[in-house]
Amino acid sequence: MAVTSTADIGGHTDQSAKRDPVLIGLLAAAFVLMAAYALGILPTWLYRVPEEWIPPTAEMLDVVFAFVQNDLGLIHLTRFIAEGPLEFLLDATANLLYGKRRWPYLGPIPWTAIAAATAVLGYYLGGWKMAALAGGTFVWTALIGQWDIAMQTMSVLIVAAPFAFLIGLLLGIAAWKYKWVDRLIKPILSILQTLPFFTYLLPAVIFFKVGPTAGAVATIIYAIPPMILMTTLGLKKVSPEVVEAGKMSGCTRWQMLTRVYLPAARTELLVGVNQVIMLCLAMVVLTAFIGMPGLGAKLLAMMGSFKLGRSFEIGITIVLFAIMLDRLSKAWVEKQPYHHEKGTPWWQQHAYLLGGVALFVIFYILAQFIDFFAEIGRRQSFSKGKEIDKAIKGFLAIEGVNAVTDWLRWFLNVKVLIPFRNSLLWIPTSAFILLITALTYWIGGKRPAIWGFIFFTIIAFSGWWDRSVITLYTVISAVIISMLIGIPLGVFAARSAKWPRRILLACDTAQTFPSFIYLIPAIMLFGVNDVAVVFAIVIFTTVPLTRYTIEGLRTVPPEITEAADMSGATRRQKRWSVQLPMALPTMAVGFNQAIMFAFFMVIIAAFIGTQDLGQELQRTLAGTELGKNIVLGLNVSLMALTFDLAVMSWAENRKKVLGLT
Amino acid sequence: MAPVISAKNVWKLFGPDPERYLRDMPADRGFDEIRADGYIAGVKDVSVDVGKGEMLVIMGLSGSGKSTLVRCFSRLHDITGGTIEVDGQDIMSLNERDLIDLRRSKMGMVFQSFGLLPHRTVLENVAFPLEMRGQDRHTRRERALEVVRLVGLEGREDYFPRELSGGQQQRVGIARSLAIEPDIWFLDEPFSALDPLIRREMQDEFLRLQEMLGKTIVFITHDFDEALRLADRIAIMKDGAIEQCDTPDEIVMHPATEYVRKFTEDIDKARVVHARGLSLPINGATVEGPPVDGRARIQDLARQLVNETREVIPVADEDGKVIGVMQRKDALDLLLGAG
Ligand SMILES: Nc1ncnc2c1ncn2[C@@H]1O[C@H](COP(=O)(O)OP(=O)(O)O)[C@@H](O)[C@H]1O
Ligand SMILES: [Mg+2]
Repeated sequence: MAVTSTADIGGHTDQSAKRDPVLIGLLAAAFVLMAAYALGILPTWLYRVPEEWIPPTAEMLDVVFAFVQNDLGLIHLTRFIAEGPLEFLLDATANLLYGKRRWPYLGPIPWTAIAAATAVLGYYLGGWKMAALAGGTFVWTALIGQWDIAMQTMSVLIVAAPFAFLIGLLLGIAAWKYKWVDRLIKPILSILQTLPFFTYLLPAVIFFKVGPTAGAVATIIYAIPPMILMTTLGLKKVSPEVVEAGKMSGCTRWQMLTRVYLPAARTELLVGVNQVIMLCLAMVVLTAFIGMPGLGAKLLAMMGSFKLGRSFEIGITIVLFAIMLDRLSKAWVEKQPYHHEKGTPWWQQHAYLLGGVALFVIFYILAQFIDFFAEIGRRQSFSKGKEIDKAIKGFLAIEGVNAVTDWLRWFLNVKVLIPFRNSLLWIPTSAFILLITALTYWIGGKRPAIWGFIFFTIIAFSGWWDRSVITLYTVISAVIISMLIGIPLGVFAARSAKWPRRILLACDTAQTFPSFIYLIPAIMLFGVNDVAVVFAIVIFTTVPLTRYTIEGLRTVPPEITEAADMSGATRRQKRWSVQLPMALPTMAVGFNQAIMFAFFMVIIAAFIGTQDLGQELQRTLAGTELGKNIVLGLNVSLMALTFDLAVMSWAENRKKVLGLT
Repeated sequence: MAPVISAKNVWKLFGPDPERYLRDMPADRGFDEIRADGYIAGVKDVSVDVGKGEMLVIMGLSGSGKSTLVRCFSRLHDITGGTIEVDGQDIMSLNERDLIDLRRSKMGMVFQSFGLLPHRTVLENVAFPLEMRGQDRHTRRERALEVVRLVGLEGREDYFPRELSGGQQQRVGIARSLAIEPDIWFLDEPFSALDPLIRREMQDEFLRLQEMLGKTIVFITHDFDEALRLADRIAIMKDGAIEQCDTPDEIVMHPATEYVRKFTEDIDKARVVHARGLSLPINGATVEGPPVDGRARIQDLARQLVNETREVIPVADEDGKVIGVMQRKDALDLLLGAG
């Protein structure tokens, strides 16, 4: 029964799509426009929106900002925050971690003391493995000679993460408590989540000074949204009986919130903490683009001067930090309270705390006498940057490898990417908009199509059409290539019993890496060009595609596969006509994430030297052209939102049809 | 004596604008018609009193509105129509502060899935209502220890809920609800989530507590045996309305509606009905021989009934005074199921 019905459903949508007059109309109109253009009879205003029709949005925005900034005096407020409390905290952590000469003039804390204390924390949260991971990361960082830059990054993270947590928590509570706040916040959140990070950076620079303060502000803003979502989710999930028990115990509203709801939502809040930390790390690395010193800046400099060995080492440090922060915070989510036997002495009850403090103090004192324990200078470090450099370059120079990368570069560029890009650029704007509308209509139905039409029309009038199309071309090419890799990989992995878990773990781990990291192999293999950009995006986006393919296939209800078995389906039939259709909604989520990731990565890749919006965006950072920056950022956001709406609406409908919700 | 809880024509509707709907609704609208209008009648025109020290058991199938009714009594739900008085006070007229005070001083509630706070130890859970009242750490610890002992959990004060079995968790729930020494005790299917053996044990425990404390109790269950073991009176609910509210004897012997009759059909009546329940007026008949105790269940009189030679047996109240007579045939019919 179930088997035939899914097959029916698949057939049904295909048929209705073919017959749909709206779809046919849209496509026909687009083709007429293209044909007209090919014949040279298309009015130019239908080809590209004429220069003089484009409203001076950027300039108007600049005027508005100037007004808010200077006439309303917002700048004084933000500068006060920046130079007051925020800078104070950043200076304090900077002093403690790498010895910046500011209050409290105590630092730098010896690396051995920090490594030992975090190892104990790791042990408390997750046993020996976590201890090794936590301690090992710090030891590696110190030995490789990157302690100071790593601590520059951490000093911002340590301040930004708690702020993002607190603000997210408060907004989350407000959105849970008041419907209107929820309604107000939701659309802002979805725009924020698709806005390219350059757009977070520039306002931060303008309003909060260059350097760590601006970096911290951008990082905080970037990390807030998931905390809001997790907070509302957690509060909504608190069991009604727990709530009623609280009320019957005579809690006031404040007591309800602080003693019942928040503690009962502990798991979700801690998951939020995990996400806040990971996003903070990702962003704090990217603040290199606005001159924030640290791991990101060093990586940027090393990649810029093509020092691949050192880039590689910094990459490992960043990855280690990412894995450590992720695993430790996840272990904290898992950690449940347990009771001590009666009569356990207090020092035993607090053994970990005492042990951590004791080790910290011991190493602190040791470091006063033994320099090596306090600090490892550049000369003493074990960095093998030059040697790795030679090895990599030697490897790439090997005849076979060289031939392969060269051929790939040539093939992708000349046979695939450039023709594709040129044909997209050839299409008249009017036809392009209609094609996008048709596509989103076909995928998601009426509502997404209307939004797609509106969004792309706005882009057409933004004055940045060609660059937007180039951005889109990069994203589409990369996502198609990663689908060709990720989906078969997922399907293949889901067949066996052991592989899914391993690959899922690998994907999960890879997803915690700051996106920057993915540039390293791309540049190593292909140098600085379009192919490297696409390659970087491909690695980055293959991860969610594989992940959700496996997840989708694995969550097909067993009754349904059994029913297929009973009706005598072969393995092949079963996969194609039962499992894949059922898994499609979940796979669509992965597809959507891949597109969002691609939009994110394409902007970062501007660093490599592209001709798209990212490049322009990066330029606005130097010129502090806020209006233009926002316009460009919104263009990226609008394109991303178009796909987001269409794909998610498709997945929702599909799930409803299949009864998976 | 004035009832502790007095509900009059209570309505609780769920839906978009229940007050307005109820105001404009024609009288005697049925449950299904209301549902067709887009509302659910959680509680439908219920009037019931609960006396001091009485144990009222509310029964009914799942979804019949038992939980909703009890949540109206404690104003966890605001009712849509009617009045509920607790100790003579209309609870719908209380402001937030007074309501909190009422709950802090008079009411305790036990939940089906316990509703324990997962991040607090047994002792902290039990002390929670006292903490909310603002009692100092020392007094509330003393009191919490006392109740924990009362429910037989001493030695586990420092455990966290997830470290306890279901039965133990419910003991914590019971202890918590007793911590403030409430006058009124609500229990919403407290033992349904437990497996049968533990359930039995917890019922005995509960009876022991009740004997000791003598509280006014509203107890929800969907298990008839449980109801019969515990109840002074049973209220049977269907579609939000109370079909019948009476003593177990009356419900079994004289079901008020067809639904109640169906509901009680499979019960072993001899286990429920007392001699008093079968007793008829004497009406001048001659009574001879020693009377049976009116409080005895027919089942417990089985041996005597079988050996009995009299066709008409006198029934006495607790003071030994004859209050009526029981036909031997009626009693045997009940016992042997030939009725
Ligand atoms: N908060 C609510 N919103 C809407 N309907 C509810 C709500 N609470 C209960 N109901 C409905 O009221 C009816 C009675 O529910 P309930 O009192 O929980 O039944 P019981 O406890 O007898 O199983 C059910 O149909 C239920 O769906
Ligand atoms: Mg219930």
